[in-house]
Amino acid sequence: MTAPTAAAGDVVELELPARPEVVSVARLIIGALVAADPLFDEERSADLRLAISEACTNAIQAEMKRRGHDGPPDPEAAPIVMRCVLADGQIEVAITDHGGGFDPTGLEQHPEVTSPDRLNYEGGLGIPLIKMLADDLEFRSTDGGTTVVMRFEPRAPGLRPVIGSVNGSGAGTAQE
Amino acid sequence: MDLRLEVSERGGWSVVEVGGEIDVATAPRLREQLIALVNDQRYHIVVSLEAVDFIDSTGLGVLISGLKRVRTHGGRFVLVCTEPRILKVFEITGLLAVFNVCSSIEEAIVLEAEAAEEAP
Repeated sequence: MTAPTAAAGDVVELELPARPEVVSVARLIIGALVAADPLFDEERSADLRLAISEACTNAIQAEMKRRGHDGPPDPEAAPIVMRCVLADGQIEVAITDHGGGFDPTGLEQHPEVTSPDRLNYEGGLGIPLIKMLADDLEFRSTDGGTTVVMRFEPRAPGLRPVIGSVNGSGAGTAQE
Repeated sequence: MDLRLEVSERGGWSVVEVGGEIDVATAPRLREQLIALVNDQRYHIVVSLEAVDFIDSTGLGVLISGLKRVRTHGGRFVLVCTEPRILKVFEITGLLAVFNVCSSIEEAIVLEAEAAEEAP
């Protein structure tokens, strides 16, 4: 696979099969795009790779849930779409799935991360992570699915307060 | 996609050395390994992340699950990690306050043995 390259103002859009194996491909692609922009250093590049990994994981799991978790890979399954726009010294990444929609306000609430009861929940960290790493995060309902739009500036958005409660920002996870 | 797992026994501890990337595609293998150890009554576990290049929330979830399983049996679960990029993920999620993180496998085993002796 040849990693895409992009100059300022470029748009890169690609469809990825909704399978767990492609999350690493999405990370590879965003890493290659960011490497083309000298404003984004290695640490910020790592932030993007993590945020995109979380968003793609949610999108793939939504699609897998729609067709039944344990079912065989469905060649007819709708792909997820990753769209990256590099412009004005920032990067916007949109991940679209067709997993039936997602309500970020309806997420399960979890105990404080330091509470012993928190150990009963494996999930609930993905969306808070994206919120901390991206400068802006928006969920848009689309036809039969969701688009997660993340905007990144070169410098990390000053380490916001440690999650403390992963629900402190009002979000849980789409990975339950 | 790449995940490497090596398991060894050192002084009563099971040491799981993980390498590569831990994400939604690879985390199930780590989960299965930790479950297998607990099912084999190995309740003192060190997981070394020194050779891990990437971890996301799915990987963190597997480690949380491992910690819970081990604690259920009164065991100990320690991470080894010195890579700033990986530590940052634990830091910003608040999980540095949840996991015992050491800088080497040897340190983990020695400190935990001392802690076990001091425990009431």
